[in-house]
Amino acid sequence: MPIFPAHLSRRRLLTAMAAATVAAAGLTGCSGSSEPGSGPVKAVSQADIDKAMTTPTTVTFWTWAPNIEQEVAVFEKKYPAIKVDVVNAGQGLDAYTKLRTALKAGTGAPDLAQIEYQYIPTFSITKSLVDLRPYGAAANQAKFVDWTWGQVTGPDGEILAYPQDTGPMGMLYRADLFEKYGIEVPATWDEFTAAARKLRAADPDVYLTNMAANEAAGWHGLMWQAGSKAYTVTGSTLGLAVNDAASKKVADYWAGLAKEDLVSTDPDFTDTWYQGFNSGKYATWLTAAWGPSFLSGSAKPTAGKWRAAPLPQWDATKPVAGNWGGSTTAVMAGTQNPIAAAKFAEFLNTDPETTKMFNTVQNFFPATKALLTDPSFTGQKSAFFGGQQVNEVFAGISGTVDVGWQWPPFLDQAVKDWTETTGKALADKADTAAATDQWQERLTAYAKDQGFTVNAG
Amino acid sequence: MTTSTATARAAAPASPRRAGRSTTTGHHAYLFVAPFLVCFVLLFLLPLAYAAYLSLFKDQLVGGTVFVGLDNYTRALQDSLLLHGVLRVGLFFLIQVPVMMLIALVAALAIDSGLLRASRVFRLGLFVPYAVPSVVAALMWGYLYGPDFGPLAQLGDRLGFTAPNLLGDTWMLASLGNIVTWEFAGYNMIILYAALRSVPAERYEAAAVDGAGAWRIAWHLKLPALRPALLLCLIFSVIGSFQLFAEPNLVQRLAPTVVNSSYTPNVYAYSLAFTSQQVNYAAAVSFLLGFVILVVSYVMLFLTSRGSRR
Repeated sequence: MPIFPAHLSRRRLLTAMAAATVAAAGLTGCSGSSEPGSGPVKAVSQADIDKAMTTPTTVTFWTWAPNIEQEVAVFEKKYPAIKVDVVNAGQGLDAYTKLRTALKAGTGAPDLAQIEYQYIPTFSITKSLVDLRPYGAAANQAKFVDWTWGQVTGPDGEILAYPQDTGPMGMLYRADLFEKYGIEVPATWDEFTAAARKLRAADPDVYLTNMAANEAAGWHGLMWQAGSKAYTVTGSTLGLAVNDAASKKVADYWAGLAKEDLVSTDPDFTDTWYQGFNSGKYATWLTAAWGPSFLSGSAKPTAGKWRAAPLPQWDATKPVAGNWGGSTTAVMAGTQNPIAAAKFAEFLNTDPETTKMFNTVQNFFPATKALLTDPSFTGQKSAFFGGQQVNEVFAGISGTVDVGWQWPPFLDQAVKDWTETTGKALADKADTAAATDQWQERLTAYAKDQGFTVNAG
Repeated sequence: MTTSTATARAAAPASPRRAGRSTTTGHHAYLFVAPFLVCFVLLFLLPLAYAAYLSLFKDQLVGGTVFVGLDNYTRALQDSLLLHGVLRVGLFFLIQVPVMMLIALVAALAIDSGLLRASRVFRLGLFVPYAVPSVVAALMWGYLYGPDFGPLAQLGDRLGFTAPNLLGDTWMLASLGNIVTWEFAGYNMIILYAALRSVPAERYEAAAVDGAGAWRIAWHLKLPALRPALLLCLIFSVIGSFQLFAEPNLVQRLAPTVVNSSYTPNVYAYSLAFTSQQVNYAAAVSFLLGFVILVVSYVMLFLTSRGSRR
């Protein structure tokens, strides 16, 4: 499964522990600046590619996708000269911390790494990603869902990674509770509010949903849906508007629901949260396309009671969705085998067999148009969802994800500042829209300190 | 509380016998301390020096690394997030440490008095929490504190009152204090108990002959004998309190909007280094924290030694 933020990772706790005793001494892993990795855009000749793909080579691939050896085997069968060394260097933040350290140290970094969409600018700002255009990446554009291609394209048109899987956002809901209390599936956010009031009045033990006050990634997905242009990057000029009108609209909306006690704000991926699903405390989960398979593993007692639907809309006539999670495969600067690495990344994410396996083996939600329209994929019936064709619902949603959304070149900081301003205000039932101003203020100060020229708005 | 290097022996009164031994065999002694010295230099002094070096630079995402002298330190001195963190752990120290020391002292005296029936069980039981890794401890307490399904909340539900949200803004510091007390009271108890065991039996006999009861013995004989050990525990606690990290860092996952990234100075330094990529500034913050600990420890030593030199 793609990205549930790495809250759960035990390894991360241990890393944190290791740092506990060494406040000063631990801060030694990083210094110096990285070398620029991308050269001018000049296509590599087919002869060079053929030569590289027949020369015995080993490339290292850091990924946390379980059982990805199976897809790798398909590649190795086609290109017997190339051996791919799969390393699980931890999930999400764990992996990124190690990756950064290795990149800064100049040794030990892999040839390829799994990187989530939202982290691509964070790594491209340090010139850690190889531009894949010289290796023929542009020819693959039409194979991928449009918005995913936007996500892997850099500010100067560089192609920085291949989309692996996605997380377009939808709504999972408890059909049994909806039926019991006569609630229609809300199509707009206004209807969602009305449904929340109705449900709360009918059953004081149930919340229509839980808007986790620590879940910056999900929140960004909702900002994305609302049409916020929070981050726009051009060179070293950074447009920051995390408090733009769309962002404030989202903040106001959820603060309103929280203040009225119509939704809970429990932190997600915690024991309390899991129990909330199992005990029926939450009647919906606004989540991504990887949510259905995750939930079916985490809330088994509620099997058969769930259904999937698109997110409620701001404007019902123009359905829009955001994305939450999903990963890419990127080639890391400093690789000695850029051709083999780039071709592996391409094969892994475009080959019909491997992309299909991503869905059947890893339960990934596809990034390729071919699979999203493949009846064998969309027609799958899920017992957990009462036999509903959940993939079809999310395949439809995927087409409505806004193409223009961009991520900041320092995502960790954006997440941290969100949690401590907007997230906190939401949890405290305070003025959440005003808190986005603080978010903007803190992020602007950070960006300036990091040498960016900042444009508000 | 992360210091665990000291052994109970250190608390025992220094033996005066071998103080002035000749130095002819001194060269061989170096051979014996060499393994320690090598590790000490490689794993402690070098990283420390490197961190000090790092703290004089500034690494930007745009513009690279520049030498900034003491800028990071002047910035840290004006950083209200850091100041609040230091004040918070200061408050923690003032409340949690006396409570923990009192529990440890009472337990040590009780075990040493010989009046307890199952003193071994008691001693072990009190010490076991120290053997539990703080990761496990924090997770366990996190569950116990849970606002919905924690036993405390459920008990409140049964008895018809609303249990306070132990993971909320108001109670968080106390909740953390409770975890730390649970973890380290037994550890301190062992140090104090070991110190008590080293009091020569003759003194007790003498006191008994003079007609002193158990309370008088505890007050006039045992407590003064415990002085150096108490001081040791106190210094450990200063360091532990001001370096508070593991517990808040773990509980942060359960209450991310309460325990923020600058909750304690160490959490702050960690977040600066690994979330914000401000390694240089984090190094400066860490050094300032080390300085604060040094000052507080010295003040403690000064206050207590002044008291004894009458």
